[in-house]
Order: sequence, then structure tokens, then C-alpha cells
Amino acid sequence: MDLLNALVALLNFVVIPATAYGAQLALGALGVTLIYGILRFSNFAHGDTMALGTGFVILVTWWLQSLGVSLGPLPTAFLALPFGIAATAAVVLLTDRGVYRFYRRQKAAPVILVIVSMGVMFVMNGVTRFVIGVEEIRFADGARFLINANEFKKSTGLAEGLAFKASQAQTIAAAVLVVALLFWFLNKTRTGKSMRAYSDNEDLALLSGINPERVVAVTWIIASGLAVIAGTLYGLDKSFKAFNYFQLLLPVFASAIVGGLGSPLGAIAGGFLIAFSEVGLTYAWKKVATYVLPEALAPDGLAQLLSTDYKFAVSFALLIVVLLFKPTGLFKGKSV
Amino acid sequence: MSFLAAENMTGGYGAADILHDCTLTVDKGEIAVIVGPNGAGKSTAMKAVFGMLNLRKGQVTLDGQDITALTPQDRVAKGMGFVPQVNNVFPSMSVEENLEMGAFIRRDDFRATMEQVYDLFPILKDKRRQPAGELSGGQRQQVAVGRALMTQPKLLMLDEPTAGVSPIVMDELFDRIIEVARTGISILMVEQNARQALEIADKGYVLVQGANRYTDTGEALLANAEVRRTFLGG
Repeated sequence: MDLLNALVALLNFVVIPATAYGAQLALGALGVTLIYGILRFSNFAHGDTMALGTGFVILVTWWLQSLGVSLGPLPTAFLALPFGIAATAAVVLLTDRGVYRFYRRQKAAPVILVIVSMGVMFVMNGVTRFVIGVEEIRFADGARFLINANEFKKSTGLAEGLAFKASQAQTIAAAVLVVALLFWFLNKTRTGKSMRAYSDNEDLALLSGINPERVVAVTWIIASGLAVIAGTLYGLDKSFKAFNYFQLLLPVFASAIVGGLGSPLGAIAGGFLIAFSEVGLTYAWKKVATYVLPEALAPDGLAQLLSTDYKFAVSFALLIVVLLFKPTGLFKGKSV
Repeated sequence: MSFLAAENMTGGYGAADILHDCTLTVDKGEIAVIVGPNGAGKSTAMKAVFGMLNLRKGQVTLDGQDITALTPQDRVAKGMGFVPQVNNVFPSMSVEENLEMGAFIRRDDFRATMEQVYDLFPILKDKRRQPAGELSGGQRQQVAVGRALMTQPKLLMLDEPTAGVSPIVMDELFDRIIEVARTGISILMVEQNARQALEIADKGYVLVQGANRYTDTGEALLANAEVRRTFLGG
């Protein structure tokens, strides 16, 4: 038995990647849940908003790099983030003005808005590919590792290496910061409180003199910000490919629904739950098991429950289980 | 002229009229109660006063000013407060945040008003950090009334404030409403508990099929044998 090596292997292959992935999902799900809470529909275009925003960030990053600007150990993309968010928010606000507002005025049923958002999704999908292409793009620069596997092995004398990528650390730190800011905004500022009030009881919010168009606009801006940050962090951690972001929509939605649509806290919990389930079920546990279990019990196979190709099935399965047994999600969101 | 005068209101939600020449007036610091059988248009009349209904005929004046064309939001700014019958709080927000949202249109310091609300409903001060949705029915009604008071209205309109609360809580709510009226705020309310409501009313309106049937002081309506027999169950 070798608990220390088991722990390091677990950290290296499960805990750290799942935490970083969970943080990315949580940021995406927060945007979905905010839009659901305020505008009362599931925004299918959110994944492509992430892609488009990341595309903008990459373009600005290239431009900054061509000027010789860099943030040292941090990726240049962080410097490009504000530009990306501004451009994406502008696109999204124009979309709202041109498309969603029309249906809002008609008091269209949520299901109609869902379909409308799918239309927006396809348009954004095309625009993104047109602007940035379909190729895989790596745009991470700056320091690569916080903890290097080989150096870790050398300095600790353990058989297992521990790698902690800079992008993973940045993702987790950025997520904590953004979530703290968001919660401060929603709970402490007048505008944030008016958003919660509007989400809680639209009619009473109107009676109280809260301007719905302003609430909607602020919601779109915040959701765009969250989408661009989530997309950029995901792109830095892995790589950018427009199609992957489209696929990311599924775990993002699963996170928001599992946590409880409309509940920001639920979106975060859902994000980590989905991430840990995906990584946990598709990880080959042989290594950890061999360290922990007595030799006689060590598994012969890989002890991998599911092939990584099936990782999206995990979010689907969790989604269905939650919808069957707790339709409002873990954190008492609105029922779908 | 009365502080609030809603005269000859005629209109409804669709093509058919629900209100027929309905007239409601309230003087300063007065409690006016609308009673009547189910479907008499009591709540509709209240909504018409607040501008949530298109009127084909008639006009509403507040403090001598014609407000017939104003939206409900604008009427709030003019000094009207409205407490809907249901869904009248922000359930996931704390009691204090509910009151803050009530004062949303105020840009000045509203802490003094909040203290007044807490003085009126001491239980709300104890529960100010608790989400309004977790409170009992009676406490929730107090939050709803408190929220409406945050704009310092001159006219407070209550749509069945005692619906679904116990008789003890109902008496207490009525006491509080009298207290509010004593501060000079006019009150217009719709009530199912007609007898108890008329007991505290300066003025009572009995509506039937969207039209005024009886209009008198609360006391006189309670003494009226016809009203007692037909509407108060003997």
C-alpha cells in the first residue's frame, strides 16, 4: 500500500483537471442560469457566445502579440479579455435589440424563445467560423507549469509526478474571483438586487418601478462577460476549436439544470458535480487502485468505467436522474 | 373634492365590460372598504383605480390631478401604493431587501421610512435577514404592506390583505391598517371578511356586478338590514 503515491496520482489525474474543468463549466452555467432567471428561457446560443467571445479574444491576443505586448508569466489573452467581453456584449445586445426584444414584447412563450435562441446559435456558429476559422488554435503563452511533474518527482522522491498547469491555476483563481464579484454584485448593489427582484417576481418588480429593459440589458452584459471568461479559460486550458464550444453547451446546461435553473449557487455546484462525475467515471483507476489495494486485489484491467468518448453521456445521465427525482435541481431552482 | 376620486369607471379586460359606472372615492386619512359577492368586480375596480385596466369611460383623480392616462408605475410616483392579493413579495429576497425594492424609485435616504415600517411591524425587524418566502402568511402580508409603504404613498390600496390568514392575525392586520390610516394615509381595500372590514371602515362600498349597490359609512352599512341579510349572512 502506498497512500502517498495514490493521493498524488488522484490529484494529478482527477482532482486538478476536474476542478479546472468544473470552474469552466460553473462560469458557463452561471451565464445560462442568469439568463434563465431574468429572461425566462434556456439560451441555446450560450455555447456559441463563448466561442465567438473567445474568437474575439484570440484576435486581440494576436494583435497584442504582434505589438510585442505581453503579461510576462500570465497569458496575453488576459489582457485581451476586456476587449473580447466588450465586443461580445455589443454583439449580444444588438442581437437582443434585433431579435429577442421582438418576442419579449409579444410575450412569447419560453419554448418559442428557446427555438429563437437556437436560430441565434446557428448564426453565431457560422459567424464564429467565418471570423476565426474551424482549425484548432492554441493561444496560450506565458508560464506553462506551476508544478512540473519531473521536478515534483525529483524533489519529493515519489514515483508519481504531480503536474499543475499554469492554465489550471489561472482558471481556478479567475473563477473564484469572478464568482465572488458576481455574488457581491447580485447581493449588495442596487442594480444587482433589482435583477434578483425581477427574477423573483416580475409584476411586483414593475410595480416597484424597476425598469425591465435595463435589467435585461445588464443581464446580457454580465452573461456575455461570463461566457467570454469561461470560453477563454477553457481555450487556454485545452485549445480553441469552434466545434468544441458547441459541444460544451451540453455539460454547461446539465450543470445549470442539475444545480437548479435560476440559482447561481446551484450553477456552481452543478458545474463541479458534472466535472467530477465526467472525469471520475472516465478515468482509469488502475493506477490509484494498485497503490491503495493489497497486491492480491489489484485490478487486472484498466478499471475504467467508461471510455472518454462517452463523457457527454455522463452529463446526460446525471441530468435525467436529477430531472426524474428532483426536477427543480439540487438548489431549488425554478422547475423547468 | 375627495383625495381619490374614481368616477363612472366603465371597462374590462377584453371586449365585455366588467365595471359599469363604478365610482369610488376616498378622503384623506380615511379607510374605504369594497365588499361584495364573488365576481362582483371588487379587485377589478381596484385594478382600474391603479391603471391596470383599460377604461372606456370615467376618470381617476388623485389630489385633484387627473391620472386616468398614467401607467401603474407613474401612479406609484404620484403617491399610490398597491399591495396585490397574491405574489406580493419577492420570495427569495430578505425582508430588508423587499423593503429596499419597495423604495427603488426613491433616490433619497429611505432608512427613516424603513424604521417606521419596522415600528409598525416589529416582527419584520426580527426577521429582516430572512427570505420573505419563508415567512408565515400573516408575516408575508406585513412585508407586502411594508414594501408598499416604502414609497411613502398618500393612498395605499390593499387587495384582500387578510386572505388566507387566521382570525387572530386578521384582527392584528386590521389594527395595523388603522394605525397606517392615522398617519394621514388614505386606504382603499377590498375585503372578503366583509363584517370585520366594515367595522373599521369610514366608508363602505357594496359592489354587485361591477356597479355600486350601496355606498355609506361602514357603520351604516352594518346597520342596514338589507345589506346584512344579502351580503353579510344575517
